[in-house]
Parts: sequence; structure tokens; C-alpha cells
Amino acid sequence: MSTEALLEVRGLRITATRPHEVDLVCDVSFEVAAGEMLAVVGESGAGKSITARAVLGLLPAGMRVSGSVRFDGEELVGASDAVYRKLWGHRMAFVPQDALSVLSPVHTVGDQLALAVRSVRGVGRKAALERAVDALDRVGIADAARRARAYPHEFSGGMRQRAVIAMATVNDPDLVVADEPTTALDPTIQARILDMLDTLRERAGMAVVLVTHDLAVAAAHADRVLVMYAGRHVESGPVHRVLREPRAPYTAGLLASLPPRHAESRYLPAMPGAPATTGSLPAGCAFAPRCPAAADSCTRHEPEPAEWQDGHWASCHRLAELPRRTTDLFVGTTA
Amino acid sequence: MTAPLLEVRDLVVRYPARGRRTSPVLAVDRISFTVAAGETLALVGESGSGKSSTAAAVLMLRKPEGGSVRFGGRELTTVEEPELRTLRRGFQPVFQDPYGSLSPRKTVFDAVAEPLRVQCRWDSATGPARVAELLDLVHLDRSVVRRLPHELSGGQCQRVGIARALASEPRLLVLDEPVSALDPSVRAGVINLFTELQDSLGLAQLFICHDLALVRHVAHRVAVLHRGRIVESGPARQVCDAPTHDYTRELLSSVPDPDRLTAR
Ligand SMILES: Nc1ncnc2c1ncn2[C@@H]1O[C@H](COP(=O)(O)OP(=O)(O)O)[C@@H](O)[C@H]1O
Ligand SMILES: Nc1ncnc2c1ncn2[C@@H]1O[C@H](COP(=O)(O)OP(=O)(O)O)[C@@H](O)[C@H]1O
Ligand code: SF4
Ligand SMILES: [Mg+2]
Ligand SMILES: [Mg+2]
Repeated sequence: MSTEALLEVRGLRITATRPHEVDLVCDVSFEVAAGEMLAVVGESGAGKSITARAVLGLLPAGMRVSGSVRFDGEELVGASDAVYRKLWGHRMAFVPQDALSVLSPVHTVGDQLALAVRSVRGVGRKAALERAVDALDRVGIADAARRARAYPHEFSGGMRQRAVIAMATVNDPDLVVADEPTTALDPTIQARILDMLDTLRERAGMAVVLVTHDLAVAAAHADRVLVMYAGRHVESGPVHRVLREPRAPYTAGLLASLPPRHAESRYLPAMPGAPATTGSLPAGCAFAPRCPAAADSCTRHEPEPAEWQDGHWASCHRLAELPRRTTDLFVGTTA
Repeated sequence: MTAPLLEVRDLVVRYPARGRRTSPVLAVDRISFTVAAGETLALVGESGSGKSSTAAAVLMLRKPEGGSVRFGGRELTTVEEPELRTLRRGFQPVFQDPYGSLSPRKTVFDAVAEPLRVQCRWDSATGPARVAELLDLVHLDRSVVRRLPHELSGGQCQRVGIARALASEPRLLVLDEPVSALDPSVRAGVINLFTELQDSLGLAQLFICHDLALVRHVAHRVAVLHRGRIVESGPARQVCDAPTHDYTRELLSSVPDPDRLTAR
């Protein structure tokens, strides 16, 4: 564990309190240093969005957080709204999964961005608007000065999504948490936004937590990756370790089901079943019903994260017994 | 060589202006392509390039403004109901949103039986067995027959949609982003199902998809749409590995580099 991490999350637990207590996220830890990108990957229901929201203190009512979230040395679990308000938009910014709801229909896009600038910086209207136009330009909105005068409904979906990302980055925050910011976008626009985030990381040392279900995006842009399944830690560490030499069967299965570059067969290796949902989890390892390596012992208790190599953690009871190439576990499974 | 199953020539789809301040949208601008039996043609392109409009025209859900669509040698653009209804059995759609394409109040059984009933091919003696057979074809466990869509996973819903399409015994499937809404681990299984159905039933497929890595893997040929025009087409591997048009190159360059992923 590095001491200079900007964001350090330890033993995060998110519990839904209604209608009865359920741990939606359980014992998840990760950290992000300045200039780094952490990709949080996993399928729907894995708990990515609520984990992202917990970092920012933006969980919906009826959810309780425990564990530790330290931002620049300051503990945020249990912190007051006043503490968060000082951070939001200024030092940490959020691009929510339903990002389009962020924009107000009654103000021009430029005015909304300028307002975000002025709420944080003591600059005049004109300077704020200039900064807003720059931010729109950075996310690839052509003719940004003119477009800044338009209302959100005059933008296409992709442009609105970019405007929201411009809004999150307009004040050069230290940390941006972006929840599937490019999932609905075309690959060309997606690439552009990810490149822009890379540039901001390099130039301004911005840290990014990127929630995505796209392993290829994680591999191409992130420094580190956290794989989640059913609200649990599956695997985490440097991206080249986790995605090139996955140890946990779930990570391996996700990788195995991607279309291979070279293959004789048109059939893809595939995992049986569907992602587990918290609330109706099987006993023991949540992935056991779909895991080709599952043994009786797997259903007895939940696996805990164990360090496989420097900073590369995996949660699996059979870590030491799995084949070197864990993707081989899925060869011939075309469910 | 035998004639292709689907033959599209100079297809034009135009949407009328909505209100006085807008102009008509030329969504598909004189495109031509063919799909043979047992073949998968992928249509790729960014959103708004005209993929869904092409699918809708091929399915005769929207009459094209111009051009010809021949299916099994029959010109579809001049055929009227009710004859069109009969011809339509031969080409069936599968759409992106697995939940949205099923009626929320119909059980799996009723959803799959519906096309048979509507086509007056339902027989209470053999119908249930036919439904079971269709569920087997798409690898859905028979235990789901009494369930409603909200009690199914996204992948299971999509399989119900495919079983419905197969009930008409089509020769062509028109797949409009059929796996885009599915989780990655579920996606591969549904893609394999399409491959398997093609191998066992000889189905032709018009496969709309924006995942170029997937297209390269499963399609035989690919046509690249840009602003309603086909800018490049050819064998999938050739187009994906050695694109000749700038737009295709741009599309491909935006695919994250898979070499950073595990060596497989
Ligand atoms: N407001 C809420 N109340 C109760 N449960 C919720 C709420 N939001 C999400 N959940 C549950 O928390 C789990 C994780 O959800 P989420 O973080 O949205 O997953 P992901 O973003 O990985 O798809 C899911 O099982 C979901 O049903
Ligand atoms: N019902 C419609 N009315 C008006 N314009 C439409 C309609 N459907 C699509 N369009 C327009 O036609 C063009 C092509 O759209 P579409 O066929 O949906 O593309 P794709 O499926 O490739 O995203 C776009 O400019 C779109 O805005
Ligand atoms: S603990 Fe067992 S079931 Fe879970 S991933 Fe490891 S081998 Fe598979
Ligand atoms: Mg989410
Ligand atoms: Mg479409």
C-alpha cells in the first residue's frame, strides 16, 4: 500500500437498510494516486455505481456505509455534508451513470458550465464563460463558443454526455469519478473522451475512477483495475497483471468470452448462467454456480482477498491450485 | 452460384421533415448489398449512420422511398398485406432491448406460442411440444415457461425473443444490435447461439453491431455505413485488418487495443 494515494478505500461496506438489511457491497478496498486511473469493472448489479457514489458521499437514502474512505488524508466516512460540499465540484467531481439528468433544461450549456466555474472560483462572468468554452472544446464539441449558447435539448445525446463530462472537469478537480461515462457513446467519441481524460491525468495530475463493464477500455486506459462481482472484491491490481494474468476464475471468464484475434472456431468461450444479484446470493463464493473450477469447499465460506503478487490481489479459495493460464478453464465452454 | 437470399438494390429511406424548421432526413442513400443463405453480413457504422433504418426497410416495417428489396427472388417493396404477412415469416427481427421487445404480462410460453397462434399454425395437441422444442433450440430451460419477462435475466429475455423469431421458421434473421444491452459474460453465449442456429438451420443473418472485434470474429462479410452510404464492404477479416476507407480506419482505431489484454 502506497502512502501517497489520493484516495484510499479500505473495507468498504454498503448496507441497504430497507426493507431488510442486506450488504450490497462487502469488504472492498482500493486506492488511486494522483494522475492514476483505476477502472472498476464488473457486470450489472456488481455494485460499481454504489461504490462510486459511496466515495463521493452521494448514496441514496436507506444505505449505510462503513469502513474507511480517505481523500487526501481526510476520513470521509461519517463526515458532515459541509466537508463534502467543500470537495464537490472543486476537488472531486462525479459523472453519474444517468449523466443527462445533470443538465438543467432551462439554462444554456455554457451558462451552466460557467456557473459551475463561478461557484468554485472568484472569476468574472466573461472569464468563467471562456473557461466553460475551453472545457467544451476539450471534450470534442466542435464550434464550442457557438454551441455554448445552445440549450441541452438542442444537443444530441452524445453531445449532452460530453457536456456533462466537460462540466465535471471544468474546474480541474483532483479526482473525477465517472460511472460508465462512455457506454452509450459511439466508439469514436468514446475513444476521444478517454484520450481527453488521459491528457488531463498527464497534464494536471487528475486522478480518475472509471466505472466500466468494458475490459478493453480498462486495459487500454487504466493503470489499475478492480474487478467486482455481486458486491465483492474479485481481483485487483496493476492492469497488466490482472488482465494479462488473471488469477480469479471470474476475471478469466470475462476475458475468455471476448472475441479472440486469432481463432479457428467461430464459437466463443462463454460462461454459463447470468450475473448474481446481491440479495439472493448463494452461500460461500458468489461465483460458484458459474465457476468451472468450483469445489465443495467453495460453497462453505466466502473467499477473502489474498495477495498473489506485489499489489495483485485475488479472492478465490483455489488460487494456488488453478492452472497457470486461468482462461483455459473456459476452453470448450460455449454455453 | 445461386441467387442470394436477400438482395437490396439502391435502397433509399427518407424521413419527412418534422415541423417547418427541419428538413427531411435522408437516412439511407442508395445502398446495395446481398446476404446469402448461411451467411452473416454485418452492418457497422456510428449511431445515426442509417443501420436501423436499413433494418426497418428490409423488414418492410417502413416502406423505402426507393430501391428494391428482393427476398428469395420476390420483390417486397410492391407486395401488399396480407401477402406481405406470409412472406414476412421468412425474415424475422431480433432487437436490442430484450425486455422492451416482450409484452410484460405474457409468460414465456405465451410469448413463444403467439406467432404460431397468429399464423394459425397452433394446434393444441402439438403446440406445447413445438414451444418446448423452440425453447430447446435457444437453450432455455423448460422451467422458465411460466415466468414473466421481469422474472428473467436479460440474456434469457433475449433468448425468448429469438425463440419467437424462430417460431416462424425464418430463413433470415435481422439482428439490430442484439447483444449491445447484455452483460459481457452473457453476450458470448447469445452470440454462440446465433452461430449455432446458422450452422444447424442454415440461417442468413443481417447483423447490426458496433463492436468491431465481435464483427470481425462472427461475420462473414461486413458493410460499413457512413451517413447513409456504404463506404466499404468485403470479407470481415479483410475489412477489419486492412481497411481501405478513412472512415473504416477511424472506426477501427477507436477500438481499444486488445494487445494489452491477456495473451490468449
Ligand atoms: N437505491 C437502492 N436501494 C436498494 N438496492 C439498490 C439501490 N441501488 C442499487 N441497489 C442494489 O445494489 C446492487 C448494486 O447496484 P449498482 O451499484 O447499481 O450495480 P452496478 O452499477 O455494478 O450495475 C444491486 O443489487 C442493486 O439492486
Ligand atoms: N423515425 C424517425 N424520424 C426521423 N428521423 C429519423 C427516424 N429514425 C431515424 N431517423 C434519423 O435517420 C438517421 C439514421 O438513423 P438510424 O437508422 O436510427 O441510424 P443507426 O441505427 O445507424 O443509429 C439519423 O439521422 C436519425 O436521426
Ligand atoms: S472460490 Fe471456488 S467457486 Fe469461487 S472463484 Fe474460486 S474456485 Fe471458483
Ligand atoms: Mg451502474
Ligand atoms: Mg440503430
